[in-house]
Amino acid sequence: MDINKDLMAASSTPIVLAILAEDDSYGYAIIKRVRELSGGKVEWTDGMLYPVLHRLERLGHVEARWEVAESGRRRKYYTITPGGRAQLAEERKQWQAVDATLRGLWSALPASLAGTDPPSAAPLPQGA
Amino acid sequence: MTDPDRPVSLEEQIDQWRSYLRRRQAIHSVDVAELEDHLREQIAALADGGLAPDEAFLVAVKRMGDLDALSREFAREHSDRLWKQLVVASADPGESGGRAHRDTFVAFGLAVAAALLIKAPALLGFRWGEDEGFYARNIGFFVLPLLTGYFAWKRRLPAGTVRLLAAGFLAAGVFANIYPFTAMAAGGSTEALAALHLPIALWLLVGVAYAGGRWGQVGGRMDFIRFSGELFIYFVLIALGGGVLTAFMVLIFEAIGVDVEPIFESWLLPCGAMGAVVIASWLVEAKQSVIENMAPVLTRLFTPLFAAVLIAFLGTLLWTGNGIDIEREVLIAFDLLLVVVLGLVLYSVSARDPGAPPGIFDVLQVVLLVSALLADAVALGAIAARISEFGFSPNRVAALGENAILLVNLVWSTVLYVKFLRGRGPFALLERWQTDYLPVYAGWAAIVVIVFPPLFGYA
Repeated sequence: MDINKDLMAASSTPIVLAILAEDDSYGYAIIKRVRELSGGKVEWTDGMLYPVLHRLERLGHVEARWEVAESGRRRKYYTITPGGRAQLAEERKQWQAVDATLRGLWSALPASLAGTDPPSAAPLPQGA
Repeated sequence: MTDPDRPVSLEEQIDQWRSYLRRRQAIHSVDVAELEDHLREQIAALADGGLAPDEAFLVAVKRMGDLDALSREFAREHSDRLWKQLVVASADPGESGGRAHRDTFVAFGLAVAAALLIKAPALLGFRWGEDEGFYARNIGFFVLPLLTGYFAWKRRLPAGTVRLLAAGFLAAGVFANIYPFTAMAAGGSTEALAALHLPIALWLLVGVAYAGGRWGQVGGRMDFIRFSGELFIYFVLIALGGGVLTAFMVLIFEAIGVDVEPIFESWLLPCGAMGAVVIASWLVEAKQSVIENMAPVLTRLFTPLFAAVLIAFLGTLLWTGNGIDIEREVLIAFDLLLVVVLGLVLYSVSARDPGAPPGIFDVLQVVLLVSALLADAVALGAIAARISEFGFSPNRVAALGENAILLVNLVWSTVLYVKFLRGRGPFALLERWQTDYLPVYAGWAAIVVIVFPPLFGYA
């Protein structure tokens, strides 16, 4: 599934902050976690995560440090800051508001417009 | 891609990818390291999944995304990077960062040392502003040994070279101070000449330290030429900043009725100038890969302009038939002209890709060289005709000698340049000629310092 670029960009901040709120992490592991959680539906272009991380670092939402990983390579780990947690709470509120609004609308819509969920409900043409 | 029989190893592929990424201005080497860690982990995960290393590499690179788009994203996040920053951050994190910090520390320490050193003779009774002869003759010794020491430390010079350089400074110190010069105020000029030429001779010692064992190679000496040009530009910029600072200081202190001019003259100016040499050198060192070199840019700008002025001069000379008015300073003026032309040639040579074919700029260089040589020939001819009338004062002999040295350099440069333009010789010959010639300047300067005073009776 191709998620449109703006939505991807808007969601990247809360996703990254939420993953870092669980535990410190690094680029590759963050992307892997996103892939797992979304069941492969949210596919980031790997490189693009790093400018996002650097922006969060600049804004003070995360802090970075270099460490030697078990592989022997030097790796840059990111930690969420108190400011980042506050930002995450704020984002969460906003997303919940959007989500709640959309939920209300989805349930009001007729099932034929509800997309592929559930998949067996209506045999849609390919590429719809 | 190179040899079909020998598959390119994974490490080589990663090397290529890394060097490709490094060329992006917006992506710093710290980020490259971060991305490389990602790439390697991705490759390892894919290889665990059963892919061959080269397949894993291709998939991992593909997943990393289009590098142009990535570079754009980095540029958007780090727009400051496109304006190369003046604050020197280490290119690599970690241990090399420690080295860069140490380097900064040492450079600033030496700058302070140089600033204090110039005040040290005051403790021995040499008054700044009164014992001008002493300070003029020794000005090089306050900062150049420190600069040489800095490079000796930085390049880890072998003890033998260090001893040789120290001996050079020591000998220069002796020659600068043992001669019983007639005071400059009483019309003695050998002292002024010695003071003027000593730094030129000492600069060669700095060069040997700078090249750090590569002095014997054309490349090492060429790097020193580049360094000297950039240092000059940085120094001028720092001096301009210092001027603004001083102007403000004088103004605001004047407002509260305090005259700071004496402090400026006896402390700020000498100490600041000495420290600035070290700081400028350190900046050039630290920034050499970061900032576009300025000297070649200025060269490009001014070569056509100088050529135009010289041609206009020669044309006017022919048209009006005016002879050159042989004044005292005319020889010096033409010496300076040759120095400028030499500088223009030198810094365009230093920035030129030796393998590139001749272009319009090379033709311009030759035009500049030929017109400068013609102008100098006219001046020399006029002087030679009346040299007996003037007599051989030390100033005149020094100026004539310099003219001869520069003339030889430029004539042969012109010959090599023309050969190159006509496809009869590689550009590298010109580079070699210029770098081989460096000791000649220092040699002549040493002669003026050591031989001239006794030759002219210390007058």
